[in-house]
Amino acid sequence: MNYEKRTFSGGTHIQDFKEFTNSLETQEAKAPAKVYIPMSMHIGAPSKPLVAVGDLVKMGQKIGESQGFVSVPAHASVSGKVIGFKQLPVPNGRMADCVVIENDFKDEWLEGLIQPEQNPQALDAKEIGARVLEAGIVGMGGATFPSHVKYAPSKEGKKADHIILNGIECEPFLTADHRIMLERPERIIAGLKYMMKLADCPKGVIAIEENKMDAFELMIRLTEQDSTIETIVCKEKYPQGSEKQLINAVTGREVPPGGLPMDVHVIVNNVGTAAAVADAVEFRRPLIDRIVTLNGNGIVRPMNYRVRIGTLYKDLIEENGEVIGDIVKVISGGPMMGFAVYTMEIPVMKGTSGILVFNEESQVLKREEEGPCVRCARCVDACPMGLEPTTIVKAAKRRDWAKTKACDVTSCIECGSCAYVCPSMIPLVHYIRLAKQYVTSKDGNGAVNPFLV
Amino acid sequence: MESINKPLILSCSPHLHSRYTTEKAMRDVGLALIPAVAAAVFYFGFRALLVILVSIASAMASEYACRRIMHRGNTLFDGSAILTGGLLAMCLPPGIPLWAAVLGSVSAIVIGKQVFGGLGQNIFNPAHIGRAILLASFPVYMTTWVPTVGSSVDAVTMATPLALLKAGAMDQLPSLWQMFVGQIPGSLGETSALALILGGLYLIYKGHVDWRIPASYLGTVFVLTALFGMIKGFGMAYPFMQLCSGGLMIGAFFMATDWVTSPITVRGRVIFGLGLGLLTSLIRLFGGLSEGVCYSILIMNILTPIIDRYTKGRIFGRAK
Repeated sequence: MNYEKRTFSGGTHIQDFKEFTNSLETQEAKAPAKVYIPMSMHIGAPSKPLVAVGDLVKMGQKIGESQGFVSVPAHASVSGKVIGFKQLPVPNGRMADCVVIENDFKDEWLEGLIQPEQNPQALDAKEIGARVLEAGIVGMGGATFPSHVKYAPSKEGKKADHIILNGIECEPFLTADHRIMLERPERIIAGLKYMMKLADCPKGVIAIEENKMDAFELMIRLTEQDSTIETIVCKEKYPQGSEKQLINAVTGREVPPGGLPMDVHVIVNNVGTAAAVADAVEFRRPLIDRIVTLNGNGIVRPMNYRVRIGTLYKDLIEENGEVIGDIVKVISGGPMMGFAVYTMEIPVMKGTSGILVFNEESQVLKREEEGPCVRCARCVDACPMGLEPTTIVKAAKRRDWAKTKACDVTSCIECGSCAYVCPSMIPLVHYIRLAKQYVTSKDGNGAVNPFLV
Repeated sequence: MESINKPLILSCSPHLHSRYTTEKAMRDVGLALIPAVAAAVFYFGFRALLVILVSIASAMASEYACRRIMHRGNTLFDGSAILTGGLLAMCLPPGIPLWAAVLGSVSAIVIGKQVFGGLGQNIFNPAHIGRAILLASFPVYMTTWVPTVGSSVDAVTMATPLALLKAGAMDQLPSLWQMFVGQIPGSLGETSALALILGGLYLIYKGHVDWRIPASYLGTVFVLTALFGMIKGFGMAYPFMQLCSGGLMIGAFFMATDWVTSPITVRGRVIFGLGLGLLTSLIRLFGGLSEGVCYSILIMNILTPIIDRYTKGRIFGRAK
């Protein structure tokens, strides 16, 4: 059957490197001997630890209390004993306070959890919202925004008419969302329905990129009887998975600069988040694990793993995988927008979708010297936000921050399409980030803005 | 972990690159010129090749010398000097004295490019700067043509189809087919429209050249010359002959499309092509010279920054 493929303007085609893992069924990673649960793996105030050294905890037990409205609790991902607190780096370079739990390998859930709800359809929006908060659900696409806040009634009384589930996963190498769509599609659909109830929204959309036709066909079959849910396919183009571009492809609307999806009456969430919501509502299961794609030419057997939150990258790889060659680069997330990390002692968090390990031989690493801009305008054509990266970067190099602001540098989503296509290898995004820092700092002299790091 | 022996590379995202480089693009432009170079050698013999090689060599030498004198890095590897030398040669008559070709090439690189700071900084198309300097300095050498190899004409100097068109001497023109394949006198790159179109289409297909520039340039010239031809009663073939004669084909596909000197916005490129077409037609039809391409390109190069400023695209999310 021929399906209409949606798309957005701008963007670029990139090699997706997904053939290594897109057909590999998710495996349970061996739980590590110790987990390090960060108190902040979400946007908003960090959780406050509720446990002390020596406390015995069960799996799924709340060990961190949410602070304020824009915050979520943290839970133990294994059963065992709290043996301390430690500060560990997170991928963006900042340090996070972590509760260290020694695994007793019994995997004993806390009483009261994993009890199937007898009649989940009878739950009202308030109860659903309470369970979403209790389970510590945040956006699992990477932004980790607390989900109960996203679905809370808007102050201005705005209502959503579409909830879009993001099954695009446009980042190369990553196949976590692809696998969850193939392996747990009913949970995703159930989660979407709870989200629609929470937001009092009449329509749900599941959007899938055309390089995942097996997932698309499965979803179409499972949703064809439901008139309130539509499954659509989008053309493969980076960055289709970007929230603004996805909303534009599905509804034709454009989120205004500085605005949120709710401004155009849409809510977007990752498919993984939807499955986690279904688990929370129907089983009171807290968010304690997620699918992570382990890939890169430094990994002998690339694989998709279901990993406990708090597992160190080092332990995940040592216990489950095998490394080859001299490792020179490790990326948390995808290669277009992910962070290169300086150590493997970083915990897997709610937003960690992939760990990419590269050795010296990798083609991915080659980078030549930056050359002069030749005004080819490939960056202008590639920018999904309609910006002129070359103009912005030339102004940034002259330290003309006012000009970068006039060129709308703050609308940049840092997708990396511009730097990807630049024939002179200019690190455009890097200069744009610098310009943003100056433009958004209070005094205009570049004092570091914590939301940009 | 034992396998991490060195500090990890901490570069900024994005960590992938498309592998598309300036060198690759320049190489493809060179490839795209090969049919036209082959046609030039076919029609004008070995001398054509000599002019091309001398021009390229002097372009490379002057770029190397300039960069040394300015204490900047060597830029020969990016291929742009080779291309400038080659394109300039294609705009020269086959009989041009070699020292004039050298002079033109050196001016193109030094005045057309290096004084501005090198690749990416020049305002004018370097090859056309070289050609303009030669045209102003040595008008006789620049307008002395030779017959194609094997042609039956035995005059030592003759008029190009472009000059004939301007004079309205329609009965003396070669056939449209001859003009299309290149069996006509003219500059090295001006003869075979067929070879140039093939090369141009290759560049568009590979994504090195925005199709809008040649499309709007050639389209505008076609429409304006067709109008003119209709008024003057020159017949249906007139606008096609205009398209196939002079430096228009090579200008439209290879020179006007130069990245550095053309606008970066989509609408800007269409306007650029329109302006080029208008100027070329005006100069050809009403101006004192028979060829308008060179000056049209230089004039539109000057207008490129202002075109860029007024054709900025819409930002996502802002009012349409």
